[in-house]
Amino acid sequence: MPDLLIELFSEEIPARMQRRAAEDLKKLVTNAVVEAGLTYEGAKAFATPRRLALHVAGLPAASAATREERKGPRVGAPEKALEGFLRGAGLASIDDAQVQNDPKKGDFYVAVIEKDGRPATDIIAEAMPTIISNFPWPKSQRWGTGSLKWVRPLHSIVCTFGPETEEPEIVHFEVGGIKSGNVTRGHRFLAPQSFEVRRLEDYMAKLEAHKVVLDADRRKDIILHDAQNAALALGLELVEDEGLLEEVAGLNEWPTVLIGAYDEAFLALPDEVIKLTIKENQKNFVLRDPATGKLSNKFALTTNIEATDGGAVIIAGNEKVVAARLSDAKFFWEGDLKTKLESNLPKLDSIIFHEKLGTVGQRVQRLERLATELASVTGAAPADAQRAAKLAKTDLVSASVFEFTELQGLIGRYLATAQGETPAIAAAIEDHYKPAGAADEVPSAPVSIAVALADKVDVLAGFWAINEKPTGSKDPFALRRAALGIIRIVLENDLRLPLRDVLVQALRRNLADVATARGEDALKGLPFIGKGEAGEDLVSGLFSFVNGCAGKVLDSFSEKVPETALERGLIDDLMGFIAERLKVVMKDKGIRHDLIDAVFALGDQSDLALVVKRAEALGALLGSEDGENLLAGYKRAANILRAEEKKEGTSFGGEPQSALLIEPAEVALFEAICGLEAQVAPLLVANDYNGAMSALAQLRAPVDKFFVDIHVNAEDAKVRENRLKLLTRIRHTMHQVADFSKIAG
Amino acid sequence: MSRDTVPAHMDPTKSFQGLLLTLQQFWADKGCAILQPYDMEVGAGTFHPGTTLRSLGPRPWKAAYVQPCRRPTDGRYGENPNRLQHYYQFQVILKPSPENLQELYLESLRAIGIDTGVHDVRFVEDDWESPTLGAWGLGWECWCDGMEVSQFTYFQQVAGFECKPVSGELTYGLERLAMYVQGVDNVYDLNFNGREGDEKISYGDVFHQAEQEFSRHNFEYADTEMLFRHFKDHEDECKRLLAFSEQAKEEAGDGLQKVVLPAYDQVNKASHVFNLLDARGVISVTERQSYILRVRELAKACGAAFLETKWGGKE
Repeated sequence: MPDLLIELFSEEIPARMQRRAAEDLKKLVTNAVVEAGLTYEGAKAFATPRRLALHVAGLPAASAATREERKGPRVGAPEKALEGFLRGAGLASIDDAQVQNDPKKGDFYVAVIEKDGRPATDIIAEAMPTIISNFPWPKSQRWGTGSLKWVRPLHSIVCTFGPETEEPEIVHFEVGGIKSGNVTRGHRFLAPQSFEVRRLEDYMAKLEAHKVVLDADRRKDIILHDAQNAALALGLELVEDEGLLEEVAGLNEWPTVLIGAYDEAFLALPDEVIKLTIKENQKNFVLRDPATGKLSNKFALTTNIEATDGGAVIIAGNEKVVAARLSDAKFFWEGDLKTKLESNLPKLDSIIFHEKLGTVGQRVQRLERLATELASVTGAAPADAQRAAKLAKTDLVSASVFEFTELQGLIGRYLATAQGETPAIAAAIEDHYKPAGAADEVPSAPVSIAVALADKVDVLAGFWAINEKPTGSKDPFALRRAALGIIRIVLENDLRLPLRDVLVQALRRNLADVATARGEDALKGLPFIGKGEAGEDLVSGLFSFVNGCAGKVLDSFSEKVPETALERGLIDDLMGFIAERLKVVMKDKGIRHDLIDAVFALGDQSDLALVVKRAEALGALLGSEDGENLLAGYKRAANILRAEEKKEGTSFGGEPQSALLIEPAEVALFEAICGLEAQVAPLLVANDYNGAMSALAQLRAPVDKFFVDIHVNAEDAKVRENRLKLLTRIRHTMHQVADFSKIAG
Repeated sequence: MSRDTVPAHMDPTKSFQGLLLTLQQFWADKGCAILQPYDMEVGAGTFHPGTTLRSLGPRPWKAAYVQPCRRPTDGRYGENPNRLQHYYQFQVILKPSPENLQELYLESLRAIGIDTGVHDVRFVEDDWESPTLGAWGLGWECWCDGMEVSQFTYFQQVAGFECKPVSGELTYGLERLAMYVQGVDNVYDLNFNGREGDEKISYGDVFHQAEQEFSRHNFEYADTEMLFRHFKDHEDECKRLLAFSEQAKEEAGDGLQKVVLPAYDQVNKASHVFNLLDARGVISVTERQSYILRVRELAKACGAAFLETKWGGKE
């Protein structure tokens, strides 16, 4: 079976786009040939800085001929129907159609569409110009006088097709004035001459001879191993970095690793600063001492050439640039060290956090108060939490973070440590951004947790207040991540956090800042306030409320100021958002989302850790035979009640009367319920959900027996009503533990 | 002119002006018109009307020139070894971009003494965008041994208009290149005239005092009230000139704008005034955006008017 080889040779393709582009080329070409009726055995795509290549193996020389019979309208059908049929089948006249007979339908037309097989080369030649012209580059450009777009100017195209045993033929096509052929070029500097290629094997071998390693993964291996070996020879260890390795492999066709060094005085800089300086600006790897883990003053650089002087000039050049960059970084760092973090605070007042939510300075003040309050939950000293929150954002205006944004927090930690803050406070400055993603660790130190929670609670409440919620894939302020962060922090540290109250406090502080920053009228513009006169009243009410709260009351969520109706709606919505995230987290842990729903439906579920414990206990109960049967009994009771309540238009509340309980089974059930209620209440108060669930399981036997022995809709109306009251009581009692109506199955 | 035949004081690896003249000679040999610097403060060689305006419209164009650039915020009172508020760019603009532009660029590096057999030259992704000019293009920063020495761009849009044909733009950072080929670590130590001993003139001799004085001016002494006024004046003047241009076009009935280049000068003046105000730290983050937008609107209007001139392709 013949193979196809394609190479698209261009000026330097951005490293970050190469791998994706090679895969896109593979997908587009294989889809096109399959759509045209060809099959293939396998395909592999390659990319270097100057070329995308594709090998498709085991294509047939031509597509198979096809014959299709398409049924049309009956003979004598209206003109319109016939026209449509002819158009669809591609026939010129109805005389080209055959007439067939069906015993039921009579005579009708059939179009026989026969297509000859087509040579694969024709199919490919036809598909390629479109694929190239419409290639999905993230950004593409025109050049010269042409109108073709490619990532950078495209220079030549190889496209050959043929079986292993024969000379392959060129698949001829033209796009943007470039004719396909069988000629490519070697390395830009080491072997720039052009040469003919036939198929993958000789293509790769000739490229290799012309100093081009086609396969990016092989280039990565070469760089990694050469750098590891060079490090080893110096008694050092390479600090691996997969992202950097991928990028460097995309910057070289013939990678060669060299080792450079910088002045040891620069090692006074934080390791991360050195690493980033050398990585971001120079795309070089740093090396460390395997014994201590500290960086050494050596770095590994990758060049694209085998220099005739062995690389001395290249090393010297790179060392010079590294030294210049590091001395910039050192200048910034030393300046930062001399600037007390606290003295950066006024600068935060001039940074807009969000146009509608005021400055970073205001946000810091909110964080201070929230963190102070949260300290009691996390077990931190309130003064420590406040101090950490105060300093948490101060590194944002440091020169080092200005240079390396991704080091926010970490720089703050180093500066705080150097400036004599306690380790707990310094750590909290770094950790308050965590967890930054699913893979990131969750803070566990009390001060860190307090500030990390404050940070997330504040953004959620703030953005909810101005109605900037995530929609679909859009989440510019990473609010999903913030919600997820709260959930993980609470669960992994098993915190007793009254989340709802905390959110209310955070909301109020945000509103107070909105009002201070932009005036009382700004509150009127908030989406959740609503329009019209009622809105106006609410705003003035809210404003005086917010002002009134701004003092002592606002500082404590344990001294609860009741939620206003406005706040309730907004916080319900926000809690719902958090509940959705919680379901996702729990699903990964094997807890069904309906169990979480059954707990949240109880209302006032503010403590996420307890929600999860209760849902887990509920899951265990339902997993048992008693639980399963109890649920069936509950559903039966609930169904009967629903039907009767609907019929009568009333509910059946109130105490069942002992005098009206006739049958032993209903007497037993009533007694069981009364006993159970007394048993469950203290268990719930003690948050002993497993205990409560076990107690609930005792109800199974009497409930089962009740439904076997008793006909609920007794003829005597009073007996019937009393039995319905009994069922209502079962439902009520069970709902103390969870809303069983939310449970599926 | 090969390096072997030039006198020692013109050797691009030993003389700053030798480097500059070698590049000029090289691109003259490739058919470029060698322009002189535009006689006005600009932030980059791209602002020279020989690049900005000439890259618009269908007419071919080839030019190269040295352009002194002013970046008031980059001033360091002459104390930083490689940061300057005034420096030179060598700018090449080829329209349409030739097929072998990369080769020509590499050849120019060889001409100034960068042997690609021992130096590692790389084209690293760097997309170019000028918010003030409403322009963007794709290209690279060109690295030599890990150092960025040039910017290489295929213009896609200028003043908000598609570039058809596409121009190729090369920008060499002359001081940086010279420091590299001369092997100096401090820009002020560059040998400017290629002579030795008493006859030597260094970059510091030429520019150090100016860097000190202009840093003071840019950061401390420039009269901000006057600058705010001037910004407004240049903005108004640009609009006024364009209005005249439009009116004159209507009156002549030939569809040709009459006063575009003078209007574009006002864009450059406004842009420089804005840069000074920025250096004086009197423009807040939000205002900054709106000033950039105002300059861009002017640049776009000039670009649109230029397309209605002979040079812009209107015959």
